[in-house]
Amino acid sequence: MTRINLTVDGMKVSDDVEPRMLLVQYLRERLGKTGTVVGCDTSNCGACTVHLDGESVKSCNVLAVQADGHDVTTIEGLATNGQLHPVQEAFRECHGLQCGYCTPGMIMQSIDLLNHNPHPNEQEIREGLEGNLCRCTGYHNIVRAVQYASGHLAAAAGSSGAPQEVTPA
Amino acid sequence: MTAVEAQPETKEIGRDRRRKEDARLITGRTRWTDNIQLNGMLHMAMVRSPFAHARITSIDTDAAKAAPNVLAVLTGQDVADDQGVMATAWPLSAEQKSPTHLPMAVDHVAFAGEVVALVIARSAAEARDAADLVEVDYEELPAALDLKEAAEDKVLAHPDLGTNVSAVWVLDSGEAGTGGNVDEVIAQAREDGIVIEREYRQQRLIPAFMEPRSTVVDPTGEQITMWTSSQIPHITRFLLAATTGTSESKIRVIAPDVGGGFGGKLQTTPEEWLVFVAAKRLGKPVKYTETRSESLVAAHHGRDQWQRLTLAATKDGRLTGLKVDLLADMGAYIGLVGGGVPVLGAWMYNAIYKFDAYQFKTTNVITNKAWVDAYRGAGRPEATYAIERLVDELAAELGMDPLELREKNWIKHEEFPFTTVAGMTYDSGNYEAATARAKELFGYDELRAEQRERRERNDTVQLGIGVSTFTEMCGLAPSRVLGQLNYGAGGWEHATIRMLPTGKVEVLTGTSAHGQGHETAWSQIVADRLGVPFEDVEVLHGDTQIVPRGMDTYGSRSLVVGGEALVLAADKVVEKAKPIAAHLLEASVDDLEFKDGRFGVRGTDQGIGITEVALASFAAHNLPDGVEPGIDAEATYDPVSFSFPHGTHLCAMEVDTETGETRMRKYTCVDDIGVIINPLIVSGQVHGGLLQGISQALWEEAVYDDSGTLVSGTFTDYLLPTAADTISFDIDHTTSPSTTNTLGTKGVGEAGTIASTPAVVNAVVDAIRHLGVNDVQMPCTPERVWKAINTAGSGGETVDAAVPHLSTEEGQA
Repeated sequence: MTRINLTVDGMKVSDDVEPRMLLVQYLRERLGKTGTVVGCDTSNCGACTVHLDGESVKSCNVLAVQADGHDVTTIEGLATNGQLHPVQEAFRECHGLQCGYCTPGMIMQSIDLLNHNPHPNEQEIREGLEGNLCRCTGYHNIVRAVQYASGHLAAAAGSSGAPQEVTPA
Repeated sequence: MTAVEAQPETKEIGRDRRRKEDARLITGRTRWTDNIQLNGMLHMAMVRSPFAHARITSIDTDAAKAAPNVLAVLTGQDVADDQGVMATAWPLSAEQKSPTHLPMAVDHVAFAGEVVALVIARSAAEARDAADLVEVDYEELPAALDLKEAAEDKVLAHPDLGTNVSAVWVLDSGEAGTGGNVDEVIAQAREDGIVIEREYRQQRLIPAFMEPRSTVVDPTGEQITMWTSSQIPHITRFLLAATTGTSESKIRVIAPDVGGGFGGKLQTTPEEWLVFVAAKRLGKPVKYTETRSESLVAAHHGRDQWQRLTLAATKDGRLTGLKVDLLADMGAYIGLVGGGVPVLGAWMYNAIYKFDAYQFKTTNVITNKAWVDAYRGAGRPEATYAIERLVDELAAELGMDPLELREKNWIKHEEFPFTTVAGMTYDSGNYEAATARAKELFGYDELRAEQRERRERNDTVQLGIGVSTFTEMCGLAPSRVLGQLNYGAGGWEHATIRMLPTGKVEVLTGTSAHGQGHETAWSQIVADRLGVPFEDVEVLHGDTQIVPRGMDTYGSRSLVVGGEALVLAADKVVEKAKPIAAHLLEASVDDLEFKDGRFGVRGTDQGIGITEVALASFAAHNLPDGVEPGIDAEATYDPVSFSFPHGTHLCAMEVDTETGETRMRKYTCVDDIGVIINPLIVSGQVHGGLLQGISQALWEEAVYDDSGTLVSGTFTDYLLPTAADTISFDIDHTTSPSTTNTLGTKGVGEAGTIASTPAVVNAVVDAIRHLGVNDVQMPCTPERVWKAINTAGSGGETVDAAVPHLSTEEGQA
């Protein structure tokens, strides 16, 4: 057992964990952060994507001990004071989800994508989400959601980048 | 009571409401089965057979039992008396051969992945660790793997059965009196017409829902509660009771949030049965969640057929006959509806066309692979693929435009209702309208011009245009038809509407959504019907104790059948409320009219809202004599017919003739799915359906090696498309309301998948037909396309390509 101390969704936590425990298992089983889910065993699907110090990682591919001393944000920590993150809002607005299982990872990856490239074109969005699988949407409305969020984030930031015109669906 | 609340002005049906479900799904406030933690809960891990076919000679569980925190290790022998059995709901005949499918093998395993022992421990990791300590000795047996060889009984998958042929099922228009004799029509065409003969492969696919299956069973309390990641909680409860001897009234099954299904969770599973028996034995809650590899290896697969097809036509392109001869791989066992899946296509091979004669025959064959059952479309994608590929082949033979040939043969819009050569009566449709709109959106003529231009200058990247004018039968199903087909249940659906005294409305539906957005669409329907605000409607589903009756969700049935049950229940609520409203208004029932949630007295401004009636009937202080308190109502609807969505799908593919690489340039579809309740949800269903069909055409295939091991057993090997592999789709709709239900709906869940596969392959073949190619076997990988261009044939079997990749002789291929 190894002692780890980290911050998850703003909460300071401290636990003894087995060295082999994955970050996703720690989040789900020890902290009850079940918003983050597991979809595969091979780090292909991205359903478990969270942010580690603000960068997206697949939490099935990170050991809990590697998160020691770091800051983790999950899908459950995005909304502040009941206000959805613009990317969450965009997924709802553009019907970017159906069963919702890939959605937490898809949203976390989309935020990371927009952090690095606030005005992606369609191809950049598609390539930026390449590590996240969805079986329901055909990706069409997920791409629309990221475009929508890009426009709204830019508008909110008063950025000079013109928001793209997007109609859902 | 005259102060009637303001009612929503906008009619809900047809409105692109954002989904109610999303608030929890986008914030992680979800209740997947694997999220459930109960006090004292134990965890199960499976030991699975690595062999496709073997006898179990001994199992040594001592080391596993001695491992830390292990409570039990059970083998098939240990649970032989109380594990129950996996049922087949759709035997095709009394003579059907169906091997006994035990949840856990006792002495014989029939596919690699079958459960042979289970371990229960305090943590999932300890259970998994201990499972590795179970020693199983096998006597390996020869395995029946290749479908065609299995059909010849060269090796028996289950030696006790004496044959691999499970059933043969035939639909013949001559015998049924719905058309002529197909052999005569084909013989005639051989003399003075055209005969197209082809053999197509429907490769094996894996539904690959994103949420791995998970089951928790809590045996404490009076009812045993099962939470399970399933499309069919009601059917599961019935079959648990029927096969394990536990009283049905002691079982509660809950499908909480379920992460996709696509037919893959239309199954009762060995894993569910084993968690049930283990929890009962140990008296503690038990959870099992599969790994992705377990899901790919041991959850059921889809498709896997060889289709031998003969199309007859006159020289001027009038379709006369179609003969379909299928070999359908059932895998190691006959699944819940697996035997019937090919049969679901029987009425669809003739599609939207008028034929003189038709025959469908399926030979269902048992092999030593994971069993095959419903996967999105189930039987109908196979049918649509075959006919739409054949019609394109005939068009090429005749030198006709494929759309012109189709129009020459399809049912004209003024001919509906139309009874087909297969004996199905299509209620409505307008193929001309959908096609005209699709051509316009797609830019059909411009793309044809570009195609000609590229041909003429011998461009290394050629353009192909693929057509698919599909139809399907949805709304499973009229119970009397299911009875005639020997199906083990009815096809009705149930709804209850509870009018709460606070003005809120609870809707209980027997459908069980897992991504389809029923909570939203059902709210829209009920809000319109009862004139209550959308926000005030709460839809409850997926719990057999809350919704005692239901037939669950599959086969594009939920809206067409379940939606009609909602309408009937809502109308009953209004009828029950009416005498109470009349009494409170001191008016005659005959003078009342119900509009926008309000009973008004004709010719006056007097009225009362239905939610006020609900409160008055709850208080029950002042009811008419003989009227019971409460205006809740329930309804069960049995459909009178199927519904028949259709559409025209057009696909443009670019093919690099030097490398075989394909790239989708444009995909346009115009679907007629009847009246649309929520266009946003419909768009999502179409997009997702399209990609699953496109993915069959281009990427996906479950591949077994020659020892019966699934080599595509992870997401690294089973190729699901990513966002980067795909394009945005152009979709639109025409509307011919269904005449067989009140709302005029037809169903949309499977449409995209059924239609898109042949559109894509037709486009690929169209791009390279001038190079002498008339088929590329699915999935149309660059390798296959390249081989089709450079050698004769359709590109060869994947397994032949896969084996050298793994062999040491070939080096680092």
